Formats: sequence, C-alpha cells, structure tokens
Amino acid sequence: MNQLFKHRLVWPAFTLLLLLALNAGFNSSFLHLEWRDGHLYGSLVDILNRAAPLMLVSLGMTLVIATRGIDISVGAVVAISAAIAAWMIGGSLVIQDGVATHSSRFPMWAAVAGALGVALACGLWNGVLVARVGMQPIIATLILMVAGRGIAQLITGGQIITIYYGPYFFLGSGYLLGLPFSLFIAAAVFGLLWWVTTRTALGLFIQAVGVNPSAAHVAGVRARRITVWVYAFCGLCAGAAGLIVSSNVKSADGNNAGQLMELDAILAVTLGGTALTGGRFSLAGSVIGALIIQTLTYAIYSLGVPPEVNLVVKAAVVFAVMLLQSPEFRQSLRTLVQRPATGRQA
Amino acid sequence: MTQAVDISPVLELRGVSKQFLGVRALSDVGLRLFPGEVHALMGQNGAGKSTLIKVLTGVHPADAGEFRLAGAAIRPTSPLQAQRLGISTVYQEVNLCANLSVAENIFAGRYPRKGAAGGWRIDWATMNRQARELLARLNLDIDVTRGLASCSVAVQQMVAIARALSVEAKVLILDEPTSSLDEDEVQRLFAVLRRLRGEGLAILFVTHFLEQVYAISDRITVLRNGEFVCEKPAAELPAPALITAMIGRELASQSEAAPAPRPAGATPFLQAAGLGQRGQLQPVDLDLYPGEVLGLGGLLGAGRTELARLLFGLAPRDQGTLSIDGRAAELASPADAVRHGIGLCPEDRKTDGIVAELSVRENIALALQARHGLAKTLSREQQAAMAERFVKALGIKTASIDTPIGLLSGGNQQKAMLARWLATDPRLLILDEPTRGIDVAAKQEIMDEILRLAQGGMSVLFISSEMSEVVRVSQRIAVLRDRRKVAELPAGSSEQAVYHVIAAQEA
Repeated sequence: MNQLFKHRLVWPAFTLLLLLALNAGFNSSFLHLEWRDGHLYGSLVDILNRAAPLMLVSLGMTLVIATRGIDISVGAVVAISAAIAAWMIGGSLVIQDGVATHSSRFPMWAAVAGALGVALACGLWNGVLVARVGMQPIIATLILMVAGRGIAQLITGGQIITIYYGPYFFLGSGYLLGLPFSLFIAAAVFGLLWWVTTRTALGLFIQAVGVNPSAAHVAGVRARRITVWVYAFCGLCAGAAGLIVSSNVKSADGNNAGQLMELDAILAVTLGGTALTGGRFSLAGSVIGALIIQTLTYAIYSLGVPPEVNLVVKAAVVFAVMLLQSPEFRQSLRTLVQRPATGRQA
Repeated sequence: MTQAVDISPVLELRGVSKQFLGVRALSDVGLRLFPGEVHALMGQNGAGKSTLIKVLTGVHPADAGEFRLAGAAIRPTSPLQAQRLGISTVYQEVNLCANLSVAENIFAGRYPRKGAAGGWRIDWATMNRQARELLARLNLDIDVTRGLASCSVAVQQMVAIARALSVEAKVLILDEPTSSLDEDEVQRLFAVLRRLRGEGLAILFVTHFLEQVYAISDRITVLRNGEFVCEKPAAELPAPALITAMIGRELASQSEAAPAPRPAGATPFLQAAGLGQRGQLQPVDLDLYPGEVLGLGGLLGAGRTELARLLFGLAPRDQGTLSIDGRAAELASPADAVRHGIGLCPEDRKTDGIVAELSVRENIALALQARHGLAKTLSREQQAAMAERFVKALGIKTASIDTPIGLLSGGNQQKAMLARWLATDPRLLILDEPTRGIDVAAKQEIMDEILRLAQGGMSVLFISSEMSEVVRVSQRIAVLRDRRKVAELPAGSSEQAVYHVIAAQEA
C-alpha cells in the first residue's frame, strides 16, 4: 500500500479521478455511455477524442523535456501541418448534377504524408539548432514558434481553408471499433514510444543525455544525434496532432490552430510527473496530464463558468494541482498536521 | 597545544545517528570540540564525515542524538540557524558568487543598512570597512571592492572563511579547505588557523592529506563506516595507527604488485605520430602497448588532460596521425573511440563522469550500451548481472545497484566509473586522475586494479598529479612540460628523476 502511494503516477491519476468525480457530481449524465450510430457516445468519449491531439503533442514533448530541452514551437507546427493538409486536400466544393462531390487536389495519403513530412522537417530544424548550432532550446524553438504561424498563414493565404473532402474527416471524427479513431493514433504513438524507450536502450540514452549531457558524450552516447531526432519526433507528433485538429474542425486556420498548445503540452508533461530539469520521464504520466487538462476544460464549459473568467479558473485549478503534486508542499502540509500530535507526546 | 582536560567542550555531540533511505550513514557517533583547538575529523570516503557535518549544521535533521553548544542543548534545523548559534561552515566547494565583490560576498544576506525606516539603503562604507577588518584578521590585505572572480582560489577560500567568521562564530568547520590550494597557500591558511585557534575558536578540519593533519591538528576523531572509532591527541596517533583506524586493517605494503616489463617484439595497440591541437598541445609521438601502463608526468596545465582528450576523440586534433593496430584510425568523437576499444575515466568525475540521478546499474551499463547502440539492447537482467559482478569485484559500497549513483561516496563513484569502462572490455583505458579526492584505501585498491588490468593485457594510460603513484604503476613515464612531451623515462625511475625532467630548462 505504501509502495503504491510512492508510485509516481499516483498523484496524476488521483488528480484525474478527482476532476472526473467533480464533473460527475455536477452533471449526473457525465459518466453515461451509450451505443449510438455504431459507436460509443458520451462525455467521456468526447473528452478522449478531444484530448488525442494534446496527448500526441505531450508525448513528443515528454522526450524533448527528458533531454533537458523544451519545444515551444509545437503549436505553430500544428498549424503548419493543418494548413498543408488542408491545402493539399483542396478547398473547393464541386457540385456536379446537383450532388456535392469530394474533390481533392492530391490523394489523401499524399496530403497526410506531405503534412507529416513538413512537420518532421520542422522538428529537425529545431533539433539541429539545439544540438548542432548549440542554441538554447527555448530560443531555438521560439524562432519556429513565431515564424511557423507566418508560414501557416502563407500556405492558407491568410484565409481559413474549409475542407470538404469527406474521407479526411475520419481522422478526427471517425470511429473504429466504437471508439474515436484519433484515440487509436495516440495509442499507437504511445505504444511505439513505450516500446522504444523500455525495450531498447533509447530510454537510457535519453535520460543520460538529460541528466548529464557531457557525461553521456564521454561514455560514447551519440548525444547530439539523439537530441536532433527527439526534436524531430516531437515535430512529427505535432504534425499528427495538426491532422487530427484540422480533420475534426474540417478546416485549417493558420492563426488559431494549435494556439497555446505548446503551453498545454508542457503543462501536461509536468502534471504527469516529468521534471523540466530533464532525466527521468513518464510517458503514461504525460497522457494522464493531457487527460487532466482536457477534463478540466470540459468541466469549465459544462459547469457554465462564464467565458471571461474561465482562464482564471483554469489557472487556479492548475495551481492547486501543482501544489498537490509537489512533494515539498505535501511534506510541509504533513508536518503542519502532525506537529500538534508529536507535541503532545513530548 | 595539548588540551587541558578540565576545560569543558564548546561543542559536544553524543549518540548521533542518521539513516538515508534505510542506509545507516551515522550510528551512535560522538564528537567533542574544545575552545582553542584544531580538531581533525578523519575517515575514508563514506565514513560519515560529510554526513556528520551536515547533521551538525542543520542541513539534514539527525534521527537521534544529543547536541550541546557551550553546555546548552541545541538542535539546528537549518544552516542559517546553526550559523546564528555560532557554528560556521566553509564547504569543500567554495559557495560564493563570482560576480559580486569580495565585501559583498562576505556580507551577502546581511548587508549593513543605514537610512530611515529601519535602513533602506545599504551602508557600503561600513560594509567595506568591516570586510577589510575581517580580512586583516586573516592576514589578508586586498581591495575588498574587487570582483571575487578576479581573486585566486586561495583568496576565495579566505573570503569564505571571512564570511564564516563575520557572524560571531564559536565553532568553525572547514570541509577539505586545502584540496585546491598549493603548498604556500596551505601554509598561509594554516597560519590563519593557528591565529584563530589562539583567539579561542574551535576549528573542525576535514582533509584527506595526512601530513596536513599532523601539521595543524591538536586532536583527531576517526570515523569508520558511520561509526565512531576513536578520539585521540594527534601526538598519540601516528600516521600508521591513524590509517589502520580509518580503514580497519593495515594498509597492504606498497610494493606488492610491480609493473612487469613489456615482452620484446610486442606491437603497439595505438600509435600517435605528431598528434597535436593548436593552442592546446604541441605535436606528440606516443606508442601504447598492450599490457603496459604508461604514466603521464607533468605539472597541472602541462597538457596531460589535453593529450587524453585528443586520444579519446573528445578534442579535435588538427595535426598528426593516429593508428590503431597499425591501421590509420579517425577518432572524431568518443563514440568512435569506444568503438575502437578505448575508454576514458575523465578528470572531473561529477561533470563528465557520473550521471547522478541514474542508478549504479545504469551508470555501469552506459558505455557498453553506447558501444552496442540501440539495436542490441542489454536487458535489465543483463545490466543487473553485470553491475552486481563489478560491485562485488571492485568492492563498490552501495545499498543496492538501483541506488542513484549520486548518493555514493566519491571513491565508490570512481570505482563505478572504472566498472563502466571495464564492462566494455577495453583494449586501452585512459585514466585521468582516477585517485583524486578519494581516500587512501580506495586509492590503493584502484592502483592495484590498474596493475591487474595491465597484467591481463590491457593498455593503460595513467595520469595523476601524485607523482608517487605515477612512478609506482608505470612501465614508462612520458613527461610533459608546457604542453609538449619532453622525455620518456623507463620503469623504475624515481620521483626525483621525473621532477628533474620537469624542472629542467629548455636547452
């Protein structure tokens, strides 16, 4: 039992359950699930679906943070990926003989590959700036964070591109085996990462690079190469998130897609118990962190918190969660509670 | 110098115990400090010296024990509180701010104030004057408005002591104050300590240098494995007895294992011809043979570490050629060197060696895994078996192989670094100051291990600032001076011979 409480996923999981319980308390149909139109339907399914892009970005971010880095360009990469996919799919509605037909400029696979390819290139750019040029990660990725929005707007021509091509919607709002398809994408990436970091030496190398890059280098670990590819993978994750987002809202908005997602992702990673100082990381923790953020957002909307204060409410909850998860804070709470007891003994 | 017994101790500790994660760091330890004495706290790495100081100064709370300062029970819960009680500490690493002035460093956090409403403004004049007075007490006359960064390490040490004395200190704790000082600076520090002792201060002095213990200490307390061994006047505890008390047995005779001569006709493993890096090292020719220990002699800054870095691909060579087994080799990175069967225990264990937060097991496995790459992954069981084997073979003291390596003592970290490279089964092992900052017994064990490895056919490049060690293990000694190789001496050369070459003027 004691061992269980020391597990580092306990506090994130506890927080998530608390938020779910809060939602259930205010909204009796929150936990209700039903089978409708050939798939599961309910608030929980909705949260999972909407959390998928953030989960993807957070997973990529986890590895970057584990190497003691940070990538604040992921939101912009989401926008770029969405813009490229939307542009390649094509933004025109063709009506032939009174029937709307799907038209696409390129085959869908090409659009997906193109968007992911560019996202990967964005990540590589970040990685090269950090590992080869030697820039501070926050500055290196700040470049793309700022420039990326501009690039996305160039692609969309400053407009919101609406997507009409039906099959593309499957990515963000389709269902497989009764569950949102986006969830399978996130699960696949999680599974892949989990396998690669626990069943190969990559996990050890990433941690070594994060804790002491110089020592890892001396031990013969190709630290720079690992760093470059970790950023590249983070970009790829953001690209996948961009596909899901654009598919879900059936459009690409260079200005707003993935807005502030970098901060949510960093928050999700932190909530999941991975320290920003690098080293030990938890992929499952980051997934839980993403779910916490999405559940919180859902609660704020479903409880009818006025829009003008919802950011403040969100910040307050995040603050409380962070305090709860801080061992130092819990320790001081404990001594506060226990002090009278020991006093009586003395 | 000897202490009259009827004076009561200014600080007395009894029955102090402390555990970390279930590991007993201190067990029922006692310590007495009398006013006007220098008291040496001795013990091997991991004996509990640092823990005792940290418990005493409130960094860690003690699990049990009684603390008395001038007869009154105390229980410091923070370094600040300990300082207010009159227990000041100067730590091994100088904890000062290089960007502040000398005076600012001395008074950081306690600047004298002036002006209305309780002193809004810092009273610079008073601060500088008091700083000058304090330093004068330490026989130091420098411009206190100077930036600390421009002062030598020795002066910084004095500033740290001045800072410790600027509060009304009754007890001054010095944790390895001499490890970065040269001989003259040590003598100046000792002069200051004698003066402070004369003023009635109790000084607790931790060091690894035995001769310094006898030069300055009045009494000695010895710890071993977290337990109190003895407390004796220095005059009654000669060096051999002190070492026996520290390690719990007699130190093996020094000349037990001797380097064996290289067999005739052997071919070198690695040959460097004209190897150099502009501004770092003049071109050097060097042959390294299997089964041979090559010592590098020379003073600090003579280019020993630079040579090691070039041989390991850590620094880019811009001159000369390297060949391994007679074939030209390109060592562009440590990964290349590791692939060729070369290992390097770096000079600075903390910054280039250990990965502090990772376990002993992961640290030992790291180099071998890096050599294997991602594809051929060692399973956790393989890592564990390997780590267990080396922990046993090298006598690494750790609670378990899953303990973070940062929690181990310096000597044990060094052994784990050795284990990391031995796990790769290297053909050439470069050891840059492998015995620095570790205790006598661990030093001896590491030296013996080096000789064993060479007998097993490994080529070893051994770098140490302690010439006696170089002379003892090396078959050949390459001497560097001013970043160039000036001579190569055969086995059996005396320390004097090496120093003679180092000191010789350019022809």
